[in-house]
Amino acid sequence: MANLTIPRMIMSGLSRLSLRRGAERLFVVAGLAIILAFVFMAILAPVIAPYDPNKTGVGRLYESPNPRFPMGTDRLGRDILSRVIWGSRIVLIVTLSSMALSSICGVILGLISGYVGGKLDTVLSLFMDSLYAFPGLILAIALAVMLGQGIMPVIVSLTVVYVPIYFRMIRGEVLSVKESLFVEAARAVGANGRTLIFKYIFPNVIPSIPIVLSLNAADAVLTLAALSFLGLGLPAHIPDWGFDLRMGYGALTAKIWWPGTFPGLMIVLLTLGFSLFGEGLAEILNPKLSRR
Amino acid sequence: MTSLRVYIIRRILLSIPMMLILLSVVFVVLRVAGDPVSAILGGHAPLEEIERIRRQLGLDKPLYIQYIDYLSSLIRLDLGRSMIWGQRPVLTEILEHFPATLELSISAFTFSVLLGVFTGVLSARRHNRLTDRIIRLYGIITYSIFIPWFGLILQLIFGVYLGWLPISGRSDPGMAPQTITGLYVLDSILTMNLPSLIDSIRHLILPTITLGIYLSGIYTRLTRTHMIEVLQSDFIRAARARGLSERTVIYKHALKNAFIPILTMMGLQFALLLAGAVLTETTFSWPGMGYFLYERISYRDFTTIQGTIVFIAALIVLISLIVDIIYVYIDPRIRY
Repeated sequence: MANLTIPRMIMSGLSRLSLRRGAERLFVVAGLAIILAFVFMAILAPVIAPYDPNKTGVGRLYESPNPRFPMGTDRLGRDILSRVIWGSRIVLIVTLSSMALSSICGVILGLISGYVGGKLDTVLSLFMDSLYAFPGLILAIALAVMLGQGIMPVIVSLTVVYVPIYFRMIRGEVLSVKESLFVEAARAVGANGRTLIFKYIFPNVIPSIPIVLSLNAADAVLTLAALSFLGLGLPAHIPDWGFDLRMGYGALTAKIWWPGTFPGLMIVLLTLGFSLFGEGLAEILNPKLSRR
Repeated sequence: MTSLRVYIIRRILLSIPMMLILLSVVFVVLRVAGDPVSAILGGHAPLEEIERIRRQLGLDKPLYIQYIDYLSSLIRLDLGRSMIWGQRPVLTEILEHFPATLELSISAFTFSVLLGVFTGVLSARRHNRLTDRIIRLYGIITYSIFIPWFGLILQLIFGVYLGWLPISGRSDPGMAPQTITGLYVLDSILTMNLPSLIDSIRHLILPTITLGIYLSGIYTRLTRTHMIEVLQSDFIRAARARGLSERTVIYKHALKNAFIPILTMMGLQFALLLAGAVLTETTFSWPGMGYFLYERISYRDFTTIQGTIVFIAALIVLISLIVDIIYVYIDPRIRY
């Protein structure tokens, strides 16, 4: 287990079960395809977007979808397709960086808390458990209100929301591994704390992380979109799906359906990509971890 | 005293530290992690204005005094006064909006459990067949639903294009029933007001479907997993052997046994229900707590935002207490 890298574990898991579990494999492949499509869209945005996403008046106001503007134009005459393409950038940047930050913080704190134990563990666990008890969105709203508008505040808000998930998971694993025979044996032959954590405990904990990461990413896309929808997200000059969806309500009763529908569809698709990937992976690698 | 009573009393006492910790977390997030004054004024404000608000919120005092003030006013059920308009007490305003949230929550929650259990049972009975696959995909898709988008689509189809259902609010102008409980459907029944009953239900349909489908996936999955397990057990085979109808076997014998994990999930899902309600209410301009919070966010009404979050914390503690108590009555194996 210890010297298997994550990609190799995923690969071996895939090949081991691909014959019997067709549905799961399909989920993983479809999810991955969706995620990659969005990643390419984000990277290639300057090349593939037909117009400047912020330029007003490239078309008339509220032009319905047509060959020149496949997704129509919005209330300021901006091209919705270009805004949708550029919007993938900020979503991926915010989601991935907050996932990276929260998993790193959560894993480190969880390792320390579980390994050291005692008062530190009690206090940290209490704090993390009560953060966890809060609905993620409400917590994110509170943090975003306090930290103000901007990319960094949003990243920090999302990070805080998801740290407890990694903390709880890692701490639980550490507690169970700590008592196992092989760790006791290592301690008996004189392994110090660092060796124990990184050589014996850490490799046992790693396999669960990619699954939780991708299920969390799905949730984070939704939370970010919700923050922007509620007007707590990013600065106005950044094309942003959640905010555009909010603005799409403006002309709803006039049967102008396109300004909200397309950005919202992107939110749902990207979330679906992460969910399918995570769910499929969970069933293949570790059925127990499947979302509660 | 019976062990049941001891358990319940202990559980009630246990919610006091739980509440205290949650309230402290709110304090840390709102006072220590960020600066309320800049959250209210947006950073660029004259110095005397900053000073005035600092004094108004008691932020000029040392942190531990602020903490004691905060807790002692909460014990007196004082959530402060709103910072805008009439500066009404925050608690009063929240309680005015709470019935709308409660009505939507009850309705969406019931819908989600019924839908989830039904699809879950169907999926388990057709284990590994096409229906099962489709329902499992449905379970994953419900997690990926973005409430405002789903709501928008429903509004477009049923409100704008077909014109069947209203797309915002709780009632048409002048149609609201006389207030007794604040739950419009119940109030209409109590006052025997048929037109306003129909009106309230019509307004409730789209928000209920939006929030309900979002929440239903977890019950689908849970019911499916447990039903597959239960359906393979001996007592089900015995029931079938006795010649009971399939419907009796499934819904009376099997489902009863799969119900305890579903109940646990109902308790755990409460936080998700609240978060979902904030988005659903904003989407449908449903005048509940979530919509209220959304409105006050745009005015940077700090005391109201803090008060609403404290209120939500209290709700979470209360609900987990209630669920735990119901739990011991249903499952006699549980005694702590």
